Amino acid sequence: MSVLDPVVELVRGLGTTLKMMFERPVTIQYPEEKRPVRPRFRGRHVLKRYENGLEKCIGCSLCAAACPADAIFVEASENTDERRFSPGERYASTYEINMIRCIFCGFCEEACPTEAIILGDNYELTFYDRRSAIYTKEMLLEPVPSQEMTTPQKTEPGKYDRRSVPEMKDPTD
Amino acid sequence: MLSDWTLWAEWVIKSLFVIFALLTGFAYLTWYERRALARIQSRIGPNRAGPFGLLQPIADAVKLIFKEELVPAKADKTLFFWAPVVTMVPSIIIAAVIPFGPVVNLFGREVMLTVANINVGVLYLGAIASIAVYGIVLAGWASNNKYAMLGGLRSSAQMISYELSLGLMFVTAIMLANSMNLYDIINQQQSVWYALVQPVGALVFLIVTLAEVNRAPFDMPEAEQELTAGYHSEYSGMKFALFFMAEYQKMIAISMIAATLFFGGYREFWFLKGTIFSVDHFWWLGPIYLLIKVVVLLFFMIWVRATWPRIRYDRLMAFGWKVLLPLSLVITFITATGILLADQYKNQLYYWSIPVLSVVVGLFTVVFVYRELRRKAYERA
Repeated sequence: MSVLDPVVELVRGLGTTLKMMFERPVTIQYPEEKRPVRPRFRGRHVLKRYENGLEKCIGCSLCAAACPADAIFVEASENTDERRFSPGERYASTYEINMIRCIFCGFCEEACPTEAIILGDNYELTFYDRRSAIYTKEMLLEPVPSQEMTTPQKTEPGKYDRRSVPEMKDPTD
Repeated sequence: MLSDWTLWAEWVIKSLFVIFALLTGFAYLTWYERRALARIQSRIGPNRAGPFGLLQPIADAVKLIFKEELVPAKADKTLFFWAPVVTMVPSIIIAAVIPFGPVVNLFGREVMLTVANINVGVLYLGAIASIAVYGIVLAGWASNNKYAMLGGLRSSAQMISYELSLGLMFVTAIMLANSMNLYDIINQQQSVWYALVQPVGALVFLIVTLAEVNRAPFDMPEAEQELTAGYHSEYSGMKFALFFMAEYQKMIAISMIAATLFFGGYREFWFLKGTIFSVDHFWWLGPIYLLIKVVVLLFFMIWVRATWPRIRYDRLMAFGWKVLLPLSLVITFITATGILLADQYKNQLYYWSIPVLSVVVGLFTVVFVYRELRRKAYERA
């Protein structure tokens, strides 16, 4: 410890800050540059479909029951073979999530018996008024790969009657 | 009296030039500070409004103009209104005597590139620098708010304490130049800057200017952790903007003063003397050299703000009265003695005693401060 130490330390501080000036900024310039989200990130909900385009959601309202914030509203209607939305008897004719109420806890995901609702990776949820904070089924539903796979579908009678969940090759999956 | 109105026109044009230079300088100094601070903190800083965020000051100005102005119910309305004005005006008029270029021949007449070339220029600087404190104290008083009041009081105590050292540093420059005229002071520095003749003096001057313009680490009047925002806690909208402008214009003005007194003013760097880059060749290099020096000095202020923490208030006063004031007195004495010796024995070599002795005294000051701090540390333990 020498007598010049106080001065040396002050100047060393200046040196440190000056050195920092020439380092790359850590800023991620958000709208242009987006950081990929983590695999278990809980973003905006997505309503999934089966490979043939049928909706996984059967309108059972278990997600609405599980929702601690009471953000989900589901109304179910009957499927027919002429107008089939999902396997089984019923489908969700109305599916609404109020994004102002939602706390993104993921309980709906866990409650779902058909794995129809998934919290996706979209976090850009902004709206100018309360009405537009309510996301409807059309906004949440996964887009279809081709036009003939869209719901409602006309299916052969008896194929999707009984089970809501189709047979799985690997049930543990 | 034809020459009369041309003289007036010249003054008006030069004054407007200085005012607009300071106002735009203020606007872009805020941008410069935010960008520089951001870079030091590994950020990018404002870069959205316009290229490199260059339009950010304009956006800020628009925001501040349209903000609501609140006046506290129990405030002293008259003083509350006038305090920002009293702060703002000195910060502009202080630049009136600072030369930003040599005497040039424009449109067939000799134009001196300064608003007022008065022979007591340095005295004027000292006088105006002292007026600035009134606005701050009045703002603190008129707000009728404890924090504002404390901020104003702190600021007055601090500025008065540090003004003594500032005045003594003015005196060293005056003695070295043997003139109070800023042109004379600049022309005396053509071959060697006063920062080299009197290095410790220049350093003390830079430290004192930080205190004079209430910059970190001496920004006690607006220490946000202690006083919310200090003297301008109750101000909003354009009145607040005036305080903000005053602070940054004072930074610019005092950097110009430091450049003029110790770093050769608008003259070229001493090693460029006699080359094509000399101000004698192209007069328009004068403002550019001054701008470069001011930008470097301003960067120093920003850099210090980014590095050093705020000093405690009692230590601030102790540093001002017990360290800087004796040091400045000794420096003034050394400078005077050196000049006297050189005059007495007609030997320029005696001028060398000034930098050597002042560096020695500066080192002694550091030693004394260190021993004092250590003694206090032992007592506490």
